[in-house]
Amino acid sequence: MPSQGNGRRRFLLRALAAGGTLLLSGCDRLSHSAWFTRMLDSAEKLTFGAQRLLLPRKAMAQEFTEADLSPDFRSNGTDNPANPIYQALVANQFADYRLQVGGLVAQPRAYSLDDLKALPSRTQITRHDCVEGWSAIGKWKGVQLSRVLEQVKPHPSARYVVFYCADPMDDMGTRYYESIDMEDAWHAQTLLAYELNDVPLPIKNGAPIRVRVERQLGYKMAKYVMQIALVDRLDTIAGGKGGYWEDQGYEWYAGI
Amino acid sequence: MPPHDTAAGVQTVWYRRHAWPVRLMHWVNVLAFVVLLMSGLQIFNAHPALNWGKSSYTGRPPVLQMVARMDAQGNPKGVTRILGHEYDTTGVLGLSAEMGGLPVQRGFPAWITLPGGQWLAMARRWHFFFAWVLVINGLAYLAYTLASRHLVRDLTPTRTDWRSIGRSIKDHLLLRHARGEAARRYNILQKLAYLVVVFVLFPLLILMGWAMSPGLDSLVPGWIDVFGGRQSARTLHFLVAWALVAFVFIHVFEVIVSGFWNNLRSMLTGRYRIAADEDKHA
Repeated sequence: MPSQGNGRRRFLLRALAAGGTLLLSGCDRLSHSAWFTRMLDSAEKLTFGAQRLLLPRKAMAQEFTEADLSPDFRSNGTDNPANPIYQALVANQFADYRLQVGGLVAQPRAYSLDDLKALPSRTQITRHDCVEGWSAIGKWKGVQLSRVLEQVKPHPSARYVVFYCADPMDDMGTRYYESIDMEDAWHAQTLLAYELNDVPLPIKNGAPIRVRVERQLGYKMAKYVMQIALVDRLDTIAGGKGGYWEDQGYEWYAGI
Repeated sequence: MPPHDTAAGVQTVWYRRHAWPVRLMHWVNVLAFVVLLMSGLQIFNAHPALNWGKSSYTGRPPVLQMVARMDAQGNPKGVTRILGHEYDTTGVLGLSAEMGGLPVQRGFPAWITLPGGQWLAMARRWHFFFAWVLVINGLAYLAYTLASRHLVRDLTPTRTDWRSIGRSIKDHLLLRHARGEAARRYNILQKLAYLVVVFVLFPLLILMGWAMSPGLDSLVPGWIDVFGGRQSARTLHFLVAWALVAFVFIHVFEVIVSGFWNNLRSMLTGRYRIAADEDKHA
């Protein structure tokens, strides 16, 4: 039955061509459609759930030796915040810097840089993985966030720790912010770092305080931290996704 | 259709070559692999360089890098550096037109990345969704192939297969293909290619993907050093992906030269046609 066979072949060819067109031009349209991106987003919850299930709460990120240190720790994004308040702090070597810690806590507090340095410190050589694909290894010294949390006493309803930063991200003055959940907040390697490679944290790397959340990607590790707030929800803050880059479409859970 | 029908005096035998689960999983895999490749190249473009080692900044130059720069005449050009050698790849790698626009600095060109324009966040969403599709589909395939004895029956080389390897290589080079009853079975090179893809390349690709996850790296700290570290894992992920692309090219080539419609039909409907008289003269 050659005619039927040819018909089938024509149909198959058309199906293949249609499939190809759909793939090439349709994919970009799909990227803009709400239902499709929601479907893609479901993988983030799956990944987050699977990793939380698989990884012990206290699983430690790999630590390295001095021999592994990157010669220069790359700065990405902001390397000097164009913010007069921040520049005034720089001019005075951060003597007037006060880290405000508040929100759902029993004892809100403001810490000077010396207050933070007076707390027990942790030093760790870890790998910083940028969402872009590169990695750099640096030696960080700082106070564990858990030490600060012990002092301010989070309310049981607190679910997230939000970091508000000094760096403006656009002309409208939107400032960088980030958030992590309590599991990462209490983790031993989660630091408020004030030293990089044995010197005070350089401005390009986030002076005076940058967060280290070693089991996630670089954009979670906010630089130029000015204020910390404990909250029970993220959808009421800025774009509602829990961070500056999250509001631009990046995953909130950046363990992958 | 009856299993036998007669056209122009030649007896034709139809048989069910691929069971429906294999057909379904094959096409799911095609979709997932294409999306993963294209979104992966978009992700690569966010940092179009590959390093060997634990970090990207070890004091050693990247093993592969794509950059755009001005030549002596002041014209922008795309350059690809591989192990210290430089190649002019203007228009394809390093410098190419953004969707219908002017040439811009980018690793791979827009026609092979997903999304086309530079958009890392969206590429990651595509990539991680279809990574789950690929892994779940792959596990289903493994379960099926073991439970149905497809692996033992159709893919495991027999002693006769091993003995035929020299002839099989020659047959492939001369584009000679099995006919009649012999076409019911995979040849030795085919079996080896499928086994390498299923048990070496895809598992390695997935493992190197996991090795790039800072979360999974903390499962057993240092496990990725077995592969040279995170940036080595990224390089391997890239190379294995292209090894699979090479397999796809050879696979599709063989599909075309050994009876395109018959092969395609058998992977869509399951039915594969054997001209029975050829068997007698084979």
